[in-house]
Parts: sequence; C-alpha cells; structure tokens
Amino acid sequence: MDLTTDYLGLQLRSPLVASASPLTGDPDLAVRLEEAGAGAIVLPSLFEEEILSEELELNRSLEQGTEQFAEALDYFPRLEGFSDAGDRYVMRLERIKRRASVPIIGSLNAATPGGWVRYAKRMEEAGADALELNLYHLAVDPARTAAAMEATDLELIAAVRDAIAIPLAVKLSPYYSAIANFAARAREHGADGLVLFNRFYQPDLDLETLGVVHRVELSRPWELRLPLRWIAILRPQLGPGVSLAATSGIHTGLDALKALMVGANVAMMTSALLRNGPEYLRTVEEELWAWMAEHEYQSVAELRGSASQAAVDDPAAFERANYVRTLHSWSTPSHLQPSART
Amino acid sequence: MDRRWECLDGNEAAARVAYALSEVISIYPITPASGMAEHADDWAAAKRPNLWGKVPDVIEMQSEGGAAGTMHGALQKGALATTFTASQGLLLMIPNMFKIAGELTPAVIHVAARTIATHALSIFGDHSDVMHARSAGWAMLAAGSVQEAHDFAAIAHAATLRSRVPFLHFFDGFRTSHEINKIATLSDDDLRALVDDDDVLAFRRRGLTPEAPVVRGTAQNPDVFFQAREAANPYHLAVPGIVSEVMDVFAERTGRRYGLVDYHGAPDAERVVVIMGSGSGAAEETVDALNAAGERVGVVRIRLFQPFPSAELIAALPSTVRAIAVLDRTKEPGAVGEPLYLDVVAALAEAMDAETPPFATTPRVIGGRYGLSSKEMTPSMIKPIFDELDAPRPKRHFTVGIHDDVTHLSLPMDRDFTHPRPDGEVQAVFIGLGSDGTVGANKASVKIIGEGTDLHVQGYFVYDSKKSGSVTVSHLRFGPQPIRSTYLIGNADFVACHQFGLLAKADVLGFARPGATFLLNSPYGPDEVWDHLPPAVQRELVEKRIDLWTIDAFGVAAEVGMGNRINTVMQPCFFQLSGVLPADEAISRIKAWVTATYAKRGESIVARNHAAIDRSLERLVHVPLGVPAAPEVPVSPTEHDPRAFVRDVTSALIAGRGDQLPVSALPVDGTFPTGTTQYEKRAIAQQIPVWDPAICIDCGKCAAVCPHATIRMKVFPTDAVADAPDGFKSKEFKSRDLLDHRLTIQVAPDDCTGCGVCVEVCPAKDRTEIRHKAINMEPVELHRDVERPRWDFFQSIAPLDRSLLPHDTVKGSQVLEPLFEFSGACGGCGETPYLKLVSQLFGDRMIVANATGCSSIYGANLPTTPWTVNAQGRGPAWANSLFEDNAEFGLGMRLALDAQADHARVLLQRLAPDLGPELVRDLLDAKQETEAEIAAQRRRVDHLRQLLRGIVGAREADAQHLLALSGDLVKQGIWIIGGDGWAYDIGFGGLDHVLGSGRNVNVLVLDTEVYSNTGGQASKATPRAAVAKFAAAGKGNGKKDLGAIARAYGNVYVAQVAMGANDAQTTKALLEAAAWPGPSLVIAYSTCIAHGIDMSQSMAHQKEAVKSGYWPLYRFQPSELEGGQPFKLDSKQATVPLADFMNSETRFAALQRTDPERADELAQLAQADADERWRYYAQLAEIERSVPHLPAIDGETADGAETPIEQRVEA
Repeated sequence: MDLTTDYLGLQLRSPLVASASPLTGDPDLAVRLEEAGAGAIVLPSLFEEEILSEELELNRSLEQGTEQFAEALDYFPRLEGFSDAGDRYVMRLERIKRRASVPIIGSLNAATPGGWVRYAKRMEEAGADALELNLYHLAVDPARTAAAMEATDLELIAAVRDAIAIPLAVKLSPYYSAIANFAARAREHGADGLVLFNRFYQPDLDLETLGVVHRVELSRPWELRLPLRWIAILRPQLGPGVSLAATSGIHTGLDALKALMVGANVAMMTSALLRNGPEYLRTVEEELWAWMAEHEYQSVAELRGSASQAAVDDPAAFERANYVRTLHSWSTPSHLQPSART
Repeated sequence: MDRRWECLDGNEAAARVAYALSEVISIYPITPASGMAEHADDWAAAKRPNLWGKVPDVIEMQSEGGAAGTMHGALQKGALATTFTASQGLLLMIPNMFKIAGELTPAVIHVAARTIATHALSIFGDHSDVMHARSAGWAMLAAGSVQEAHDFAAIAHAATLRSRVPFLHFFDGFRTSHEINKIATLSDDDLRALVDDDDVLAFRRRGLTPEAPVVRGTAQNPDVFFQAREAANPYHLAVPGIVSEVMDVFAERTGRRYGLVDYHGAPDAERVVVIMGSGSGAAEETVDALNAAGERVGVVRIRLFQPFPSAELIAALPSTVRAIAVLDRTKEPGAVGEPLYLDVVAALAEAMDAETPPFATTPRVIGGRYGLSSKEMTPSMIKPIFDELDAPRPKRHFTVGIHDDVTHLSLPMDRDFTHPRPDGEVQAVFIGLGSDGTVGANKASVKIIGEGTDLHVQGYFVYDSKKSGSVTVSHLRFGPQPIRSTYLIGNADFVACHQFGLLAKADVLGFARPGATFLLNSPYGPDEVWDHLPPAVQRELVEKRIDLWTIDAFGVAAEVGMGNRINTVMQPCFFQLSGVLPADEAISRIKAWVTATYAKRGESIVARNHAAIDRSLERLVHVPLGVPAAPEVPVSPTEHDPRAFVRDVTSALIAGRGDQLPVSALPVDGTFPTGTTQYEKRAIAQQIPVWDPAICIDCGKCAAVCPHATIRMKVFPTDAVADAPDGFKSKEFKSRDLLDHRLTIQVAPDDCTGCGVCVEVCPAKDRTEIRHKAINMEPVELHRDVERPRWDFFQSIAPLDRSLLPHDTVKGSQVLEPLFEFSGACGGCGETPYLKLVSQLFGDRMIVANATGCSSIYGANLPTTPWTVNAQGRGPAWANSLFEDNAEFGLGMRLALDAQADHARVLLQRLAPDLGPELVRDLLDAKQETEAEIAAQRRRVDHLRQLLRGIVGAREADAQHLLALSGDLVKQGIWIIGGDGWAYDIGFGGLDHVLGSGRNVNVLVLDTEVYSNTGGQASKATPRAAVAKFAAAGKGNGKKDLGAIARAYGNVYVAQVAMGANDAQTTKALLEAAAWPGPSLVIAYSTCIAHGIDMSQSMAHQKEAVKSGYWPLYRFQPSELEGGQPFKLDSKQATVPLADFMNSETRFAALQRTDPERADELAQLAQADADERWRYYAQLAEIERSVPHLPAIDGETADGAETPIEQRVEA
C-alpha cells in the first residue's frame, strides 16, 4: 500500500501530519511522532505578539526599581546575549531538525506586517522544509472593511513569500466573507497551499472570579465537517497545483480518509494526539490502512479528491446549506415530543 | 602612547583588573563594594577569561568571613585569589587577613571604603573600615580617583606578588566607587608588563601539594612565636621599594607617574595639607587657587599608607614648610589623634631626631577629621584649614564640613571662597525621580560624551533614602581637562528638573548659577506654566536671570509607549540647550547608544526610544520669565507634634536641611523618636485607591496587603461620625457581635505610593460592571483634595477596643491599629504587609531585633521611621545591631527581659507587705493570653506604680528598682526580624543556635529569596533556575529548606506563610508563633522587585507560588500530646505546573532568554524539587511527634512562674 502524498511539493511518506501543538515543539516527542508514522511535523506557532510582549515585559522588569536607591541601583545581573522568543524558536527548530528525518514545517502566527517577518527567513536558514503562516486576527474594528482586512492579509502573505524560498502554506480561519475568492488570491500572492481551518481559542468566563479566562478546548470529531466542505469545494477550483491540508476534528483513520477523499493532500492532527499521545498516530494509520485494504485502494493518490465537489454525484450537496434535510434528520427525543407530554 | 579611553565607575575600574589577575574570586554583597563582585560574576557567567586564558571561579559565600576564608584556602593552594568588600565586611575578614599576612601570601582585597556602623549604620564612604584593618599586616594603597582605582588595582596585584605581602587596595565608597569618570584603561599587555610571571610561578610553587608536603598554620609557644613574627620584617620593609619599582614600570608603560607620596603646590610652601583618598582632588584645586592668589601652600597625597613611607613623606615636603594639617577621614574616639595624623607626627619626630634634620624647625602638625560618611569635602572647607595653619595658636585637633557647637572643634566654612573653574568646563545638574529614568539617561550622556569626544567627563549621582518615589540628583561635569572636583556641583550652568512636582519640594534652582539654563518637564504649556510655578521658584528665576525652557516629556513618552520613562525625551533637550555637542551629532549618538543598549532587549524597545528622541526637540519651548507672585508662608508638617526634637530636628531632616544642623542638634547615642514618617507626606502617587462602600464586603484584604499602611479599615460606633466632614464615607458593619457600628475604608492620599496592590486583591466586584470593585485606582488630582480632610477625620476616630473583635481573622486583624506606617519601601513591597500585621497584632508589646537589610533600611533610615505608637504612647521598640548577629541580638533581649521580669517578681514578693498580698498575687499569677487579660495586667501595673512611688524608708530602694522594672510584668514579645540573606546565610549559625536555645523568641524571616537591599544577589534561599546577581547563569542548586532545619529541633514552632495566598493562615501562624512559649520561626514569602514581576500583582504571584506547589503553606506546632501530629499542611497539592508560575516571573524567564537549554534543564529539576517537597511534606503531615515533657509539672513551677520551654524539653 502506498501511503505517500505530495504536500507543498514535499514528498511525505504518509498523509498524517502532526499539526502545531506542544507535542511538536519538544524534540523527544517530535521523534516519537516520527516513529509513530507522522508524514511531517508542524512546529508550534511563533507568535508575533509573543515576541513583542516578551520584549516589553523583559524591559519593564529590568528597569523596574533601577537607579532609585543607592544600595540597589538595579536588581538583575547584566545579562548578555538575550535571545527572544524568535531566537529560541529557531534554536528549537534546529534541535528538532537534527533529530527528525521527516519534513519539519515552521509556523508563524501574525496579524500585522512588521519586522518579525525576518523570523520566516531564519526558520528557513535553520532548516525548515516549509513554512506555515497562520493569519490571526479578529475583525473587531468597526471602521475597517472586510476588503481592507483581506488586503492586509495578502500583503502579509506576499511579504513572507518574498522572504523565503521554501514552500509556504497559509492557515486560514473560516471567517472570510468570500473564502473561495480569498483562497484564490492567497495563491496569487504566493501561497503554495492552504491549511483549513484555524480554530481560534475562544475566551471563557470564570463565574467564581468573574474574570475572562483562556482555556484550550480540544477539537471534537464533528468539527471536521467545516474543512471537509471547503476542501471539497476548493479542490477543483484551485487545481492540483495548490496543496490543501485539513485540520480540525481529525481523530481517527476514518476522519483522515474523509479529508483525503474530498481533496486534502494531508490530514493534520492535534487534539487526538494531545489526548492519546504521539503513538496514537500508529492506530490512526492502521485504521487508514485497514479501510483502504478493505476497499481495495492501492494508494493515497488514488483516493485523494475522489469525493471532491467535482467528483461526487451530488455536487450541489456541498454548496447547499442542507438545512431542511439536516433538520429533518434530527429526531426529537420522545419525552420532548408534544404527544409525550400530554 | 595610544590609549583606550572609557567611562567607568570606580568599582568597574578596579574589578576589571582584579578579574583579569585572579583565578579564584570569593564574593559577598556589601554596599558600596557589591558592584565589583557583580561585575566579576557577570563576566564569569559570560565566560570572559582572565589574563592567563582561564575563566576565574567566582563563588558567593555566606558572609565576608566565608569569602576571606575561601580566599585564604585558595591562596594556600597557590591560586591567585581576590575579593571585594567594605565596612563591616572588611571587619569580618580581619581574622583571615592576619593569617594571610602572617603567612606572607600575596593577595589583594579591593575595598570601597565605607563607614563602620556605630551609633547608626551608614552605607557611605570614609576610612573607618580600612583604618581598622591596619594592624593585620597588609600593605595599604589608597586610590583617590576612578583612574587611580584602576591603576592602583594593577599596581597592588603586581606588588603583592613581588613582595609576598598582601595588599589592601582602597578607594572612597560612593565618591570614587560610584563616580563615572573618563579614564585611560589598561590593556592585557599593560597588565602582562606589570605582573612578572616569575613572581606568579614562585607563588604557585609555595602552594600546598602532597608532592612536597609542608604544614602551615602551626600552634607556636612562647619559645619561638615572637622570633617567628619578627622573621618576616625584611619582607615588610621591602614593600615601599617594591611599590616604587612597580610604579616606575607602570609610568614607563602608561605615562601616568605615581609616587608613594606625591606633592602638589608651591615649591616653597609654608603651609601644607596631608590627605589620602578622593579629598585630594578638592585639596589640589584649593591649593592652585590660593597659590594663584599669591599664597604659598601645598598638598601632600599619601598613596601608600602602610608600610608608612616616612622617608618619602619627609622628602616630599618642601623644606620651607612650617605648618602641616593632616586630614583623616575617620574618627578614633579616645586616641591622641587619628591614624594618619599620628603617623605623620611620628615620621616628623623621627626625621627631626636624625643626624641631619630635614627642617630648620620642626613644623607644627595639627590633625583634622573630615568627610565622615561621605560628608562633602569642598574647597570652601579646605581653604579655612590653610587659614587655621596661619593662626598663631591653631586648633591642634579640628573638624571641617560640620558646625560643632558642642566641643567647638569645627573650622567655619568659607562660603565666599571661589576657585576658578577650568576653561570650557560645563556643569549640569538634573533632578528627577528614580522611576523616570533620569539617572540612566545621564549615565548614558556621560558615556556618549566621554567615549565619543575628546572631552573629559564626570558623573556622580545622589539618591535619597527611600526605595519608592525617591528623588535623584545627577551631577555632571564635562570639560577639556581631567576633572578632579570630587564634590557636588553648586553653581551649575545647566539645571534640569524632570518632575514638575519637585519644584515645590526641593530647592532645584539652588544648584543654578546666575544666568544658567533651566529645563523643566512641564505638563503646562508655555502660556500657562509661569502661573503654576511656586512663587519662590518664580523669584529665583528672575533674580538669577535664568533662561527657562520647558517640554511636556510625559506627553511625548505616552505618545510613543514609554510610560513614565522620560529619559530619552529629556536627554536630547539637554544636548540641545547645553551645547556640549552639536545637536545633530548628539541626536545620532543618543540613537546609536539606545540601539547598542536596548537592541538585546528587542526591536520594539529601540523603536520606542528612537521615536521619543525624534519627537523630543519638536516640543522644546522657550518660556519668557513673568512677574513673581507674592511669597507663600511655609508651613512645617511637624508643627503640631508635642516633641521638640521632631519639630526642630526631624522637620529639618525632612526638609533636606540636615547638612546645616549643628552637632548639638543630634542625639549623642543614636536614639531617635518613632512615629515620624507621618510627617513626610511625599504625595508620590499618580493614582490612589478610592472606596465604594456600596460594593465593599468588609473583608479587610485591601488594608492587610497595603505595603505602606495607607489604606486602612476602622470600625466605630455609629455616633463617632456625627461630626464627619461632608462626603466622609462609611457603611454598616455587618457583625453579630458588634451592633450599631459602622466601617470605613480610608486612604491616606499623601502617603499612598499608588502601587495598586489593594485594588488587585479586592474581591468585591460590582454586579453591573465587573471591573468596578469596592476600591478602584483613580487619578490623584481628582481625589486628593477631598480625601485629605477625610483622612484627617478618619485619624481622629478612636480605634476600636482591641478586645471587641477576635484577631484570628483578616477582618479582625485589620481593625487593629497598625504601628508600622508609611515606610519608604518599594511600591508593592511584599515584606511590609507582614510587618504591619505583626505591629497590629502585637505592636503595643513588642521589641524588635532587626537584621540589617531592606527591613532595617525602610524601617529606620533617616529622616524618619515608620515604627510608631498608639494613643497610649505604646508601640514597638526597635533596634538593629548587625547583619550577621540578629538572632543573637534578639536572644539577648529575651534574656534581659526574662531576667528583669524575674527580678521584678522577686521584688514584688519582697515588697508584698507594702503593696498588699492581693495585688502581688494578682500581678504574679495573672494570665496574659487575651487582650482583656493584658489590659487588666496593665491596670494592675499602673496601680502598682502609684503605690511604689509612695514607699519610703528601708524598702524605698527596692521600690525604685521595681518601678523601673514594673513594665516587664506585662507580657512582651521579642520579634527577631530579617531577610533571607541574614537567616539563610550570614546569620544562619546564630539563628540556628538561638532556635536551639529553646528560649521564647519569635523569628520572622521576610524571604524574598535574594539579598534585596543590595540589589538582588543570590542567597541560599534563591530557588533553582532563578537568575540573580551572583547567579547570573541561573542558580543550579535548590533552595535550602530552612523550616526543615528548624523543625528538626522538635520544640520550635515553624510556619511557612504567604499572605497573598492565604491571609488567614498568615494571621493564624503569627498568633500561634507569638503564643508558643518556645522559639518560633515564621518564613514569609515576600514578593520583591528582584523577582521581575509587576509589583501591583504582588499578591497574585504569591497565590500562584502556592498553587503551583512552589511554596507550600504549613504550620509545625510542637505538641506535648501523645500521638499529636504537629505538621499541618495548609495548602493543597499543586493544581498548575510549576512552569506556569516560573514563566510569569522574569527571574526565571530571563534564563530562558539567555540560556534556554540550561533553563529547560533547571526548570525540570525545579519541578522535581517541588514534587519531591510535596511528597515529603505530605508524609510529614501524617507523622506523629511529641515534645518530651514531664506531664506532672504541666508547665508550672512551684512558684507559679512559667517553666522555660528548654527546661521542659530537657526534663
């Protein structure tokens, strides 16, 4: 059975990719992911805001209380050679690169154009096989139009593209007004592939402290539906030259199969690995293998895109909201049915 | 020769050489020498090699005694070793110094000479420390400037290797150690030329080795000790010659020629001053001015003080000299004269007794003291000395720089004496707040000018005694000639005031010469600023015809995201106005400096500073002078205090007029009144907390955590506020026990530092707008005027009777009056809330032994002290002995208290016939466990005192003694307080002994996990993985478990607390510690600036420390019960990983940035430390342990007195 797949021009031994998570940032765990069968590894994101806030925080700490009191003119040693979050990221990338043989994909998380773009170049120099640019912003400014926001994003893609020669994937949120259009333009501005979709972590309220808290909620399998639809739609639109990665809700080999069948080059996994550990990848691969064997598929290439919008017998199904049929498929629990109450 | 010029302070200048020429450097922090050790540690962490290509081993020890011992050991093995110290630290090294010299071992100790504590501690400079070491047998070399500190460090290291006699190289603390000056630095080749490799090899060959074993350090007997001591004479005799030789080589190599003794002045001078150290710069200026005016005077600088260069001194003196004044920067009460004076007198006497006397008649010699504790030494003080030498009967002994109206020794200052300023010299003075970056900017300016141009520079910085809201004054000189003015600037060409508010508090324009340029940071525009200037300032501007410029620096800083740091806004304005450099050149140099300095902290920091620089000059405005308004009548803050001392002396100190106080104004024994911080009213907060009673839930947390006791809670009967001023806020006090009472939370608007800890900790949130709490920080200008009368009224409300509410809750404790208030501690200080709480619980009956450190500084650094009294005049009595002996000091207090109480009991029984058996029995048997019982005993004692005053006749003497001791019949507690540097390191031996004594003392360790007061050096309390000074590479070892050591005794009460995590547990632990009749130890987690946290979040960090398992809370309550389980864990197992806590504090996070691999490794070990500690503590919580005792005695002796715990334990 041939599980190899092409992603961003890279030949991967398997379509199962370990997506950005704490697991992928640790060299030991990264090696375990590779041993368990990962086709590639995406490092955790380097956040633009992390670099900035770290700079400001360090500076504040080093200046706080200084030059006020004759006995304590400062409170920290004169440290030399500060590395910032970007430097450390690059060092970690190098360490992982030294130990892993599968492609290693760096990840940059940015909202505005700026000096941090240099880290894209540095990731490339450190040996990253490709780069994933994570576009992250919330459209909270009522004065900014969707067009303006998209223009900024495209500017960012072009800036990173200019900085590096390795393949570039762009990870999108599902919240674009005209996602098909944006996907095409992202391609024009230099994206070799799209990763669909980014899950934003949503803040929560703590009712004890009445404070806003940030909690990581791992994905659930149903969340795969959204990328499934869009990959199915975009696959024929973008053509084979653009790689597509499915992410969010891939928890089993069967989930991965669906992603591949609608047209994804790779199926990216995070939550299931965080829940079950790196070795769970092996189980997923076994499920994938078993299904393919049972259904007599010889290779991933064979099944990839076999259920894209262009390939299914009911293409409109991906475009319709499917509202009525979906609702009808829901059966109300008996105790809630009017007859049950009376 | 082409020289490298650099701008360094004296400490760095000396440390560079010491580091390059050493293999083992044992260090310990002490002001003002810490900088040398910090540099050494930083360089070692950065793997900088010494002259032989090896990175020296820099190790922090537990005390200076330890540092000296380590150095001694390293020297014995044949390694080049050095250390740095000052003051008390040098005293602790003296025993080893005798040994090192006795063994003829080459070594150098570099000393930033500092005052030895006597009636008071002083961190400032004089020679009392080095003079105390002069009998140890070390050669002593005195540097008088930053250049000399650099040069003499090299000469000392070279000469010690050649002579085998160890060298003490010293320079004046602060004046030289902290002055930045442009100096020609020595290269490695210079050092190689100076230090002879043969000398190094010879030294190495004398090192101990089993290959050629010897013994050193024998015990000798009367038969040979004396002869052996004399056997070394030739080595000591050779020292002056060797130093001369080295100085010659040095001069050849560098062009800088020094003699053992150098003369400056008229070749035919009749009057000469002899001086040593930095004062010689001012002396030379005076001599030049007087000679230019036709006088014939001179100055002799002593460079090698020991072995005293008698011959060179005589040779240096002009043969015409007829009168000599020898100036000592030290005081030796009871001596005929101070050491340098005596040496000069003896040298002259011996010379005149020689075959060919050098002078026709013996010159008259007089001796004077000057400059104790960095008191200024200026030409105005030196000129009168020459006048005195001209008098027919000059004072044989005198002082300068003060007004002595008691023993009348002082010479008056000649304030009219002026000496010509060097051509082209610019003098500038900057007044700012520590927090605004003024000093940092000025240090940068000094370097920019000094290292970028041919100009010579000098920067000296004066700080006040507060750790928060402290005023800084920068004194900068620039000029074409080397600058030798070793004193502050009084007639500046340029003055800048970086804080508008300081105009009303300090005589800012007093620094300015007529016609000077004045730059003012003003929130007011050019049209309105004049009307906002204090009338006195308006008048001085006009009288001195000052050129006034303003800039809204805070406005610019805010625009570019710099907060309150206005350094790079003000700096370009200085260059623009002072003309030291062309403005364009200055701007580009400032930017280059910013880039070089901040690039490693990040692009955003550089960008913000550059933006500030760019906008700065656009906002600089010239303001024409207006018409001065009528002067205001000054009001003294102390005018209503009943104590004359406070009204006359404390008020002068607060007003910054301490220099003008005469000798008679000062206490003769260092005793000062308490309760004086209330008069400072520094008004440093930009925002203050404002209370909303509608939301308040009466918890008292805000008052509990306030580091400065500026937000307070009072509960009072409803009718107490009948006459309250308009708008005075109060709310119903919800209590089942106390009906018809109201509660007020009130801020002291002029004492608050605006740290915001109270608001962060407030748990009560508005239902309809969650961010609105029961207290909220609001701009002070909107609230100060209304809160002032409210605070005054609040203060007038009588405190609630202490017995009405239980004290073991936070609320109950916060109703108690704090007797520790308005200290100068840092905003958000984690230590002071504990002290305040202790003062609330026990303040009216406690004696404090306070180790040197932060708590002794904010606790008793003049002009005022925060320890105060209640309405009855009772409050904590406080004393500080040393850093190293505080536990012993407190134990002494306990012994005295016990002895006196016992004596009082004996006297009571003896006087029973006069006093009545009932009163005597009540006094002897009184239980004093509750507030009511203590109050009852106080009433009995009052009654007793009345009766005692009436006793005459045979038992009158006993009555008088009992009267003196009667206060000790009321229960008192001894509180031994200090930081982790004391408890874990330098004072540990004593602390251990005191805990082991079984005596009833309460030890409170304010554990900041570093030496906070000296700037954050690592102690054994510093945790693994933290970056601290002396652990610049991240501390590799875990924190010492001090509590475990104390618990091992079994009869010591031990608690570990963190107020921000569990304030109720803290309160409970302090009450239990006080109640335990044996020793108790409370280790209190104290957040500190050195943790690298936002100090407004001080308490949240404490909470995280506990939540992450970093700081478990427990109480170990020794029990006499069989099956008792004394160890109670008061916190839960960690709910978050330790990394979450560590990542939130720069002390840990910084290592991630400098050495990520080591950081990861240490972080894992730190997590393992925490896991293991929890596992161990969880097991301890199950363990049964009982203090052995005799049940029958039940704690009572036959006479009813309580058995000391140690006897019970031993029994």
